[in-house]
Amino acid sequence: MSIRSLMLLLLCVPTIALANVHEFKLSNGMRIIVKEDHRSPVVVSQVWYRAGSMDEVNGKTGVAHVLEHMMFKGTKTIKPGQFSRIIAAAGGRENAFTGTDYTGYYQQLEKSQLPLSIKMEADRMVNLKLTDEEFAKEVKVVMEERRWRTDDKPQGLINEQFNRAMFTAHPYGRPIVGWMNDLENMTAEDAREWYRTWYAPNNATLVVAGDVKAADVLKLAQQHFGPIKARPLPARKPQTEPPQLGLKRVVVKAPAKLPYIRMGYHVPALQDADKDWEPYALQILSGVLDGNASARLNQQLVRERQLAVEASAGYNMIRRGREAVFELDGTPSEGKSVNELEAALLEQVEQIKISGITPEELQRVKAQVIASDVYQRDSVFAQAMTIGTLETAGFSWRILPGYPAKLSAVTAEQVQAVAKKYLTPDNLTIATLDPQPIDPNAKPKGKPSDH
Amino acid sequence: MITKLYQTLCRAVPVLAILSFSLGFSLSTQAAVNIQQWQTSQGAQVYFVENHDLPMLDMSVTFAAGSARDSQDKAGVAGITRYMMTLGAGGLSDEQISTRLADIGAEMSGDLDADRAGFKLRTLSSEREREQALAVYSAILHKPDFPEAVLTREKARILAGLKEAATQPESMANRAFMQALYGKHPYANDESGELTTVPQIQAADLRAFYQRYYAAQGAVIALIGDLTRAQAEQLAERLSAGLPSAEPVPALPAVTYPQQAVEQRIPHPASQAHILLGYPGVKRIDPDYFPLYVGNYILGGGGFVSRLTEEVREKRGLVYSVYSYFLPLSELGPFQLGLQTKQAQANEALQLVRSTLGNFISKGVSEKELKAAKQNIIGGFPLRLDSNAKILEYLSVIGFYKLPLTYLDDFNKKVAAVTAAQIQDAFKRRVDPDRMVTVIVGAEQ
Repeated sequence: MSIRSLMLLLLCVPTIALANVHEFKLSNGMRIIVKEDHRSPVVVSQVWYRAGSMDEVNGKTGVAHVLEHMMFKGTKTIKPGQFSRIIAAAGGRENAFTGTDYTGYYQQLEKSQLPLSIKMEADRMVNLKLTDEEFAKEVKVVMEERRWRTDDKPQGLINEQFNRAMFTAHPYGRPIVGWMNDLENMTAEDAREWYRTWYAPNNATLVVAGDVKAADVLKLAQQHFGPIKARPLPARKPQTEPPQLGLKRVVVKAPAKLPYIRMGYHVPALQDADKDWEPYALQILSGVLDGNASARLNQQLVRERQLAVEASAGYNMIRRGREAVFELDGTPSEGKSVNELEAALLEQVEQIKISGITPEELQRVKAQVIASDVYQRDSVFAQAMTIGTLETAGFSWRILPGYPAKLSAVTAEQVQAVAKKYLTPDNLTIATLDPQPIDPNAKPKGKPSDH
Repeated sequence: MITKLYQTLCRAVPVLAILSFSLGFSLSTQAAVNIQQWQTSQGAQVYFVENHDLPMLDMSVTFAAGSARDSQDKAGVAGITRYMMTLGAGGLSDEQISTRLADIGAEMSGDLDADRAGFKLRTLSSEREREQALAVYSAILHKPDFPEAVLTREKARILAGLKEAATQPESMANRAFMQALYGKHPYANDESGELTTVPQIQAADLRAFYQRYYAAQGAVIALIGDLTRAQAEQLAERLSAGLPSAEPVPALPAVTYPQQAVEQRIPHPASQAHILLGYPGVKRIDPDYFPLYVGNYILGGGGFVSRLTEEVREKRGLVYSVYSYFLPLSELGPFQLGLQTKQAQANEALQLVRSTLGNFISKGVSEKELKAAKQNIIGGFPLRLDSNAKILEYLSVIGFYKLPLTYLDDFNKKVAAVTAAQIQDAFKRRVDPDRMVTVIVGAEQ
């Protein structure tokens, strides 16, 4: 990487990012963030609630996601299903998403249609009409979603069990979609309670990106969200995960051909974007292991030793729950066992701890960070998602411009240091898939009433 | 990288993701794109949009080298050729190729469908980055090495994937559906090949396929980004200059319609049945294209507002996802309807989908539905062109299927001109509900 082009990019990225982002706060506590991008006559509008599966309690898992579905079922003035019809008639695309940390709703529209989106989002923030009848139908839809996403997919089942094993106390151990039994016993009142508890302007952020003027967006937001009253929010308890006391293992049996292994270490999430360095070092470590096709896991385990048909690593530092996982996973090649792949993945970790990483590897990951930062600006939707994710996790979009520089400042020694400190045997959780032959005569498992 | 732990759940499956490569359908005048078009001296067609907003460059090169060009005894050659080109070229190893691209933050990807094989490159536009990315990209296009050891390794990986897919209801259903729908037509070919054919494939097969189907003549080069016209011309010349020369690729055989209804029930212990129904659908250039496209929006393409979603999901809670789409190809691509539901209610849901389709064909659409469909398609036009990545796809589709350069400009006019009578007429002529192919994986015994 030539120093000159690197410097130029580092200098100009913050300028561009800072110049076009505007932040406001309404008197009811709702936050508004506008990213102006005038390349194309479109706008994306997203409302983010700081309410996700991590805020649920046992026995009511999945309620955040069920409520997300119910948000399309009508308000005092809009009939069930009409929200989507009105947005569609305005040429819009829309959807919603639920994660551990948030629930979000979005519309993508031609720019002149923004008022419609703001008006209707404000309406359903406060006027949702959640009937028993609509709930009864929609919770069945969600159960079908769970069957499709988790129960019938080996990967879905193993992810669920892996998270469960990984977290003893922290709510990240619970599935976002909810346990089937909780869905079966969920009531409309559970959903109403969730809505009353968390759907308040002081728990929401509006993110708008596209060909708009920040002042116009603010005016619209004041007009529609402004009159909604703030409400006291429940105290959020930290639910910190206690230190792990030794290796944890879980085995999942499911109809499949290939085995699979997933491994995770408890590592720090970002707490203080300015002072922390460990999360950035972990991010670089994940890039060294799996940032491109010639990164260590693919190059050594898939290409050279042919132990695995795929192998990857991952880390996400931005988490509202302030708990993060450094993960490794892989599928063994035919004739190789999960045990062999497990040993090889652990060996990769040991190599980093013993010998560190090369300057070339470090530089390569940094080059990718800089380029991705430019590439992301091609999509207004991606820009809005990044801002919303950060804000909902309790960080400011203002850390974005500094992010490439933070990563660029990471040294090879720091990468080695975080590997030594956190990637230790007693801090490890392993889930393996034990593939079962398909028995076409087997009946689906579940309560007898289900079939 | 792993993102599974941080997954989010969406209210609907993004079914249209299926269409993103085959793209589709789009556009109008207010957000028009200024497309420059020319031919290189070797005969490749170039489609270029100059845009200096961001310091980056996107390009793709596309060939008529999709899985429909495979012979049945060598199924998989097309896909493996495309993939192997990226794993050894001009003396560079797979590791060197990925390292050189990663060193400058360039991203290379590729696609293969029944008609097309393509290579995409995204790079920063600064000279050093651009030049290094282009050197690797050109080597892949011009001098693929097809190294034996890499081929052995990749065949093993593909076979592992095929074996796994043979146990999973979704992929079992897709494969059975395409075979039942297309029979001996090459659109039945699976892009990954077959368990019996992949082991037989040799490097010589790949070299022959490359020489035959990767000629400059017929190649489509799409470019968008931070490049002047002069630079674009030079770049396109360079990309096309090293390609093989070969006879023009012949047209694919015409698709024949099923003579009678086919229904396959394949047992599987999954909790849900996966159901697919279909019929040969539409060509990319087809007089019924717009009536079928707008009609399908109303039937099952329009997300939460389609008739299928209304009947099967919203009114009865039977499914998470139900959809229909036309995948337009050189010849008749599939018209497909799909859903998943727990086994015990599979028959009920299937009947409902059939009656919804039957009603749609026999009674047509209302003026109100047609108006709503047009409002969405026309009003949402700018969303189709709001990133360089999306425009690049359009350039490639326009070039490959020889759509008029004014395709994007005319799109909304064509949508606006569609009448309810045309939709009903087109569906009646083109979809015979009594001769459809149905595949159910996980049917109750």
